[in-house]
Amino acid sequence: MVELSGNLLFAAFVFYLVAILFFGGAIRQKKGLEGSPYQNKPVRSGKIAMTLTILGFISQLGYFITRWIAAGHAPVSNMFEFITFFSIMMVGAFIIIYSIYRSTVLGLFTLPIVLIIIAYGSMFTKDVTPLIPALQSYWLPIHVMTTAAGQAILSISFIAGLIYLIKTIDASAPPKKQFFLEMILYCINAVIGFIMIKLVFSIMNYQAVFEWVDKEGNTSTLKYTLPAILGPNEWNLLTAGRMEPILEMPAILEAQKFNTVIWSFIAGTVLYILIRLITRKKAARLFHPFVKKINADFLDEISYRSVLIGFPVFTLGGLVFAMIWAQIAWTRFWAWDPKEVWALITWLFYAAFLHLRLSKGWHGEKSAWLAVIGFGIIMFNLVFVNLIIAGLHAYV
Amino acid sequence: MEKVKCECGHINPHGTILCEACGKILDEKMNQNELLDMRYEGSARRSQTYNKTIIDKVWNFFSSVKVGVTLIVVTLIASIIGTVLPQEGNLSIQIPVNQYYEERYGWFGKIYYTLGFHDLYGSWWYLLLIASIGVSLVICSLDRVIPLYKALKNQKVTRNSGFLKRQRLYSEKQIDNTVGDIEIVKERLTKKRYNVMEENGNLLAEKGRFSRWGPYINHIGLIIFLIGAMLRFAPGFYVNEALWIKEGDTLAIPGTNKEYYLTNHQFILELYDESDGEVYKEALNQKGGVVKNYQSNITLYKAEESLPGEKPKLHKLEDYQIQVNKPLKFDQYAIYQSSYRLNEIAKMTFSLTDKESGQTFGDITIDLTNPEENYDLGNGYHVELMSYFPDFQIVDGEPSTKSSKPVNPAFAFKMVTPDKPQGEVSFAAIQQTIEPMGENKYKMTFKSVDTVNYSGLTVRKDLTLPIIALGGVIFLIGVAQGSFWYHRRIWLKQENGVILLAGHTNKNWYGFAKEIETIVHGTKIPVPVDQTLLKEKKAMEGQGGKSVG
Ligand code: HEM
Repeated sequence: MVELSGNLLFAAFVFYLVAILFFGGAIRQKKGLEGSPYQNKPVRSGKIAMTLTILGFISQLGYFITRWIAAGHAPVSNMFEFITFFSIMMVGAFIIIYSIYRSTVLGLFTLPIVLIIIAYGSMFTKDVTPLIPALQSYWLPIHVMTTAAGQAILSISFIAGLIYLIKTIDASAPPKKQFFLEMILYCINAVIGFIMIKLVFSIMNYQAVFEWVDKEGNTSTLKYTLPAILGPNEWNLLTAGRMEPILEMPAILEAQKFNTVIWSFIAGTVLYILIRLITRKKAARLFHPFVKKINADFLDEISYRSVLIGFPVFTLGGLVFAMIWAQIAWTRFWAWDPKEVWALITWLFYAAFLHLRLSKGWHGEKSAWLAVIGFGIIMFNLVFVNLIIAGLHAYV
Repeated sequence: MEKVKCECGHINPHGTILCEACGKILDEKMNQNELLDMRYEGSARRSQTYNKTIIDKVWNFFSSVKVGVTLIVVTLIASIIGTVLPQEGNLSIQIPVNQYYEERYGWFGKIYYTLGFHDLYGSWWYLLLIASIGVSLVICSLDRVIPLYKALKNQKVTRNSGFLKRQRLYSEKQIDNTVGDIEIVKERLTKKRYNVMEENGNLLAEKGRFSRWGPYINHIGLIIFLIGAMLRFAPGFYVNEALWIKEGDTLAIPGTNKEYYLTNHQFILELYDESDGEVYKEALNQKGGVVKNYQSNITLYKAEESLPGEKPKLHKLEDYQIQVNKPLKFDQYAIYQSSYRLNEIAKMTFSLTDKESGQTFGDITIDLTNPEENYDLGNGYHVELMSYFPDFQIVDGEPSTKSSKPVNPAFAFKMVTPDKPQGEVSFAAIQQTIEPMGENKYKMTFKSVDTVNYSGLTVRKDLTLPIIALGGVIFLIGVAQGSFWYHRRIWLKQENGVILLAGHTNKNWYGFAKEIETIVHGTKIPVPVDQTLLKEKKAMEGQGGKSVG
């Protein structure tokens, strides 16, 4: 069952990959695209792309259901499962937004991001984990699934915002803006870099065991699966023939995680520089041909609409359901735990976004930048708060 | 204050910018603008009208969205700072807090502590920020909702032409014989669920007005939520007590005024093992012991009223198995499984022994939670417990105890026997015996220890929950209302053979423009043009730049 579930996920990956090609084709063929409602009928390759996307979505749902049956609980309880579920919701959100606006450009940008997210999730252990007592509740699926859905819909606003920025920030824009746009694309490169490095070293079966001294002064061992640039506190390399760390981390920081981050940035930087050298263009300019025809106001509206739909869903899942469950499991609905605080921060951020838009008229470019920052906060909550801050925190 | 009478006959409150009924511009300054600022319908808002007294100034300060957003952003940034290091409330440490931050996080921890970030969310300035958001919400909403309500209620079908011309979506066209076309448009509008009103051949089609109340409803929800959260500090609303209870004990439940009692029969800790299925094998091999269940088997009692000092009579209410995620609920209380201590020493047994012959003269069993002073063994043998140190240590040569938990118990005994009527003193700790008064004949031989498990329960009563839940529900209704529906209006006016068509929506202009396009499609009625885009285009062309879009 677990194997079947894994295969379905892989099938979805392939469906999405092929769908991207057809979305690309749809944009080439279409003339007078996204203009008046009478011309806004998708061409054939757009329809094929959408069919493939829906097939991929169904296949991913299949993954989810089979894994649920196999595990005996909703598969949203570890990093791999949560990130994968998030990717399903992102496709779902895209399908909903597509049904309203019929924008194939949106698909062309959403699916690659979804692929990166699926691949990123697959870097974590795929073992089916049993649930600790705090997680044994029907509120686990209710809360996590609603929150992920909300975050996924909000993420669509990032995608539309990103397309907006790629479209409107051209070579004549202030260098600062061009720089920040490149920054976004560079960050995406770093994630791809992380995935590639992880894959390469796991194929090589790289392992280096260290003995180290933790903050309480106890000695224990630690297994690295990437060469150690950053070694743990008072490290002592036990595996022969492995790279020796260049720097030593203090005991309170988790050396292994920082090491992974460093590797991701190195790989991302190499990747980015290669792209720039080979194409001799800013990364954003590479995508420019795909977004030329789409109307900027149209993108702005997709972005805003996604926030409008995503905000209530996120509030329901990330705050309301979260509080109900915390009251049952942890005796109080709010404990100022970092994960909770970051949900609050996300919520406050989008509240500010809505007010700035409604009252201060922050439309178009400003709104697009805000959508990007919002996605940054969601990703920060997903990745850093789970992996790094919670690591410092005595989690129940 | 004097009211303003419009030429259409409607009497508007002082400070009105656009006539509530016909939309004619009443404020001269607005006349020069190409487009109208349609927010709040140009109604008379207190904050825009008065600015004399202190009250006016406070009102105007808090009713500004700029101030509101600033407050939200400041709160957001402050909240981020609070997650950099763990908060005091989430720590369980023995040493003083200030020492902890410095020892563990160095200079950074020291600064963090000194600035008070270790208890950020309980600090007065954080609470003040949240309170200010609350005040801002109330004032902001009051400032807008009443005038907005009046303006939308008083609006007329026939609008002033200047009003229509200054709408963002607008067009005009000379047409004769419009009757058929207008009928088609009317029909399409109705089909799209517009509420169509007609007056002298002019139309007003409106849809989703109720969505305009969404923000105010969600703000009311937030306010109720905040009030609920504040009520926690009012007496009687909130109980939060810890109850450590040993297996086999019956104790009064703290926070209930001794009205309820609870017996802890057993504490259970279960780990996952092979019997839980093949699927978990990998994960369990990786991680080792994963806890499956924490559980306390208890019985709940209600106590009859009793005189002080008298043992109360207990009536059994129910047996229950408290687990994580399954609290015991009764009356207004809930009892949660929140912690445990395993295998704590409860009783220790010693034998009074003759050191030389090894002969014993009976056992004493000391109940560590309630040690007795004298233990009579009969035949003239008895043992006196002179002192007891639950967590024994020697400081400056003096015996003392580190804590009250029986981690390393030690005892001073006086052994009285027929041949030593004065008694011999022996000091017995785990693994060591000290004889402070010289060599003894007898000793206390350690025989056995009984351990017991403790359940750590949390007793909670929170009467603010229904208020908080109400606030949450109202908030959600409000946001859904304002986010999933939009307020759209289309005006059609016929004036001297010219048709004026204007549209206004509170959000999603692109979709709205497309909607009007489909509504007038194929008729002689013109498609309205987005005048902001026109303006932009003109500006661009004026600069010689290329056009957008
Ligand atoms: C965390 C606190 C807050 C939340 C979650 C919140 C939520 C919202 C939401 C969801 C909307 C509707 C936005 C839209 O439909 O695009 C809204 C509108 C609005 N909010 Fe807030 N709000 C908060 C605080 C405030 C504060 C402090 C103020 C006061 C300055 C304020 C003033 C307004 C105004 C004026 C509107 C627009 C009403 C309209 O134009 O009809 N809000 N709020």
